[in-house]
Amino acid sequence: MDLLRFITAGSVDDGKSTLIGRLLYDSKNILIDQLEALEKSTKNRTDGSVDLALLTDGLRAEREQGITIDVAYRYFTTPKRKFIIADAPGHVQYTRNMITGASNANLIIILVDARQGVVEQTRRHSIIASLLKIKHVVVAINKMDLVEYSQDVYNNIVIDYADVAQQLGLKDVTYIPISALNGDNIVDKSETITWYDGKPLLEFLEAVEIDNDINLTDPRFQVQLVIRPQTEELHDYRGYAGQVTSGIYKVGDKVTVLPAGIETTISTLEVGGKSVDEVFAPQSVTIQLADDIDISRGDSIVKSDNQPQVSNELEVILCWMDDKPLIPGNKYYLQHGSRLVRSVVKQVEYKLDVNSLQQQPVEGNVKLNEVVKAVIKTASPVVFDSYGKLSENGNAVLIDETSNSTVAAVLIQ
Amino acid sequence: MSQYHLNYLEQLEAESIQIFREVAAQFEKPALLFSGGKDSIVMVHLAKKAFAPGKIPFPLVHIDTGHNFPEALEFRDWLASQVGATLVVRKVEDTIKQRSLTEPKGKFPSRNWLQTYTLLDTIEEFAFDACIGGARRDEEKARAKERIFSVRDEFGQWNPKLQRPELWNIYNGRIHKGENVRVFPISNWTELDIWNYIRSEKIDLPSIYFAHDREVIEHEGQLVAMSEHVQTTAEDKIITKRVRYRTVGDMTCTAAVESTASNLDEVIEEIIATRISERGETRIDDKVTEAAMEDRKKNGYF
Repeated sequence: MDLLRFITAGSVDDGKSTLIGRLLYDSKNILIDQLEALEKSTKNRTDGSVDLALLTDGLRAEREQGITIDVAYRYFTTPKRKFIIADAPGHVQYTRNMITGASNANLIIILVDARQGVVEQTRRHSIIASLLKIKHVVVAINKMDLVEYSQDVYNNIVIDYADVAQQLGLKDVTYIPISALNGDNIVDKSETITWYDGKPLLEFLEAVEIDNDINLTDPRFQVQLVIRPQTEELHDYRGYAGQVTSGIYKVGDKVTVLPAGIETTISTLEVGGKSVDEVFAPQSVTIQLADDIDISRGDSIVKSDNQPQVSNELEVILCWMDDKPLIPGNKYYLQHGSRLVRSVVKQVEYKLDVNSLQQQPVEGNVKLNEVVKAVIKTASPVVFDSYGKLSENGNAVLIDETSNSTVAAVLIQ
Repeated sequence: MSQYHLNYLEQLEAESIQIFREVAAQFEKPALLFSGGKDSIVMVHLAKKAFAPGKIPFPLVHIDTGHNFPEALEFRDWLASQVGATLVVRKVEDTIKQRSLTEPKGKFPSRNWLQTYTLLDTIEEFAFDACIGGARRDEEKARAKERIFSVRDEFGQWNPKLQRPELWNIYNGRIHKGENVRVFPISNWTELDIWNYIRSEKIDLPSIYFAHDREVIEHEGQLVAMSEHVQTTAEDKIITKRVRYRTVGDMTCTAAVESTASNLDEVIEEIIATRISERGETRIDDKVTEAAMEDRKKNGYF
């Protein structure tokens, strides 16, 4: 059985929580005591129905205000697949929270209200999906019950969205007409939407091919820590522990340690303390090398014939996530995987309008939820690939040196 | 499907090991909070793999409420010596005396809440900057919101509205003096994942997880083990039932389930078939209010 991680996006009233509630409810992933608690908290409702949205709002303040504040993670399993849902809020703080939830997602479900069609928010979420290179997009056209299950309404939205997808270069897009409230095309095929011949949402989620999402062609590995037991029997053991970012490594491979640029070969590979001949992404492994080289946390071990870029100067897209604005010229820590370096945001070139993708001039500082193109200079070199080519080795964060907060998502260009 | 494919348990394992290694690399004095229950046993197993062939580079810390199952304590000591880890035990009993705390009263006097005081004292005593805990997001809706690296202030408090964004697999463990980070490497595991992993890795568990005869009393539909900590009245009928435990917490606030499952296959079968959640079936203290867990966490509970 494999694992699919997805995120749901949509405006506040598009029915995200209801959709998740419906997925869990209809696939029998809600247990009796959770349902009883739900019934108890909705018993005052006049229509007698259970509010499935309450399943997902876990915090006191969320229930009080009826809004989702932060990303929550939900889990459910069907006989075919295990699922992790990042349930991100749809309101004002969209960019920050959506990026938090989306950074690990294989797939995004973008909810569209059938009555509204493609709106600013749809465009915005799609732009974020394209920025983050989420591989699969599902456009769930919701509230079909409120437009009399009209095929025309559905078709028009598909035509409108296809335009957006084309502009953004979203390749794998699937459209499903649903009613989260009534359960049409969520787990079971709708009996009302007879004109739709595709799969209901869950069936699609169970079948979507994700095996190829992992890059197995460009081997990248970063050292998290050096394991040196220094016991009598393991006197000379020096293992470089880390998670394979991408690609495959084999014993005997010629490798180069970056940024130093020293060449050696892999002498042993271990997974969980057991010796193996080869390892691949995303395994957590330990590598031993033939030569004694000074290697520490943050260094990369790559195949000599397939090397990433090494530079002190990075062109990046920054998604600013902090209430405190970005002041160009300020210093921040850049954390690229396990490599932590001091850096300075040298210049901000332009701001990306997340509604239109237009480039706009930046006046003054960069504020919360703004997305900008910038140049970062680092105190020591970073070993990276562009996010577009190999997102796993092209992502990083900025950390405020004084508050220690994570203040920006970094997509290296 | 290519041969270079990890199944979901292997993926979860790889992710957890990456988190353990980040803790060891980023912090000066981490500790692994260890209760002797199945989740913390799995964590010890993952930590062993993360640092092999070296030893686990931090101590196991048990905050002992004094209301534990003897079988769990015995197992705790055995496992710690088996992996060669330092075991630090601090007792809630001692905190109660030192700080003259008021013991909870009632039929099932749970000390669960008081653990927080002992935990915070222990963090201060050893200057731990990271405490690794076995909480899972599927357990409870407040936990579903928590990051893997959860920054706590000097009072151990969690502020759900001020969490750091957590992107990709990058964990920011930078803190100010006095703060600490609670790290949850098995956040993304569910109860069933834990059991399936225990089966596939052949991990030993305390005997109370498997069906055995035990003297219990029935209270509001839940079976509570007889022990010196439970205040019985004349109406309580002590009966012997064949039971097992789904979670191992305090004897006073953890209920047993009726079961004949005596091995892992049978336990997993029962868990797949059950329609009641782990905490709903077995934890008495979660039911106090709808936000009981959230409130405890805001005050420093892990």
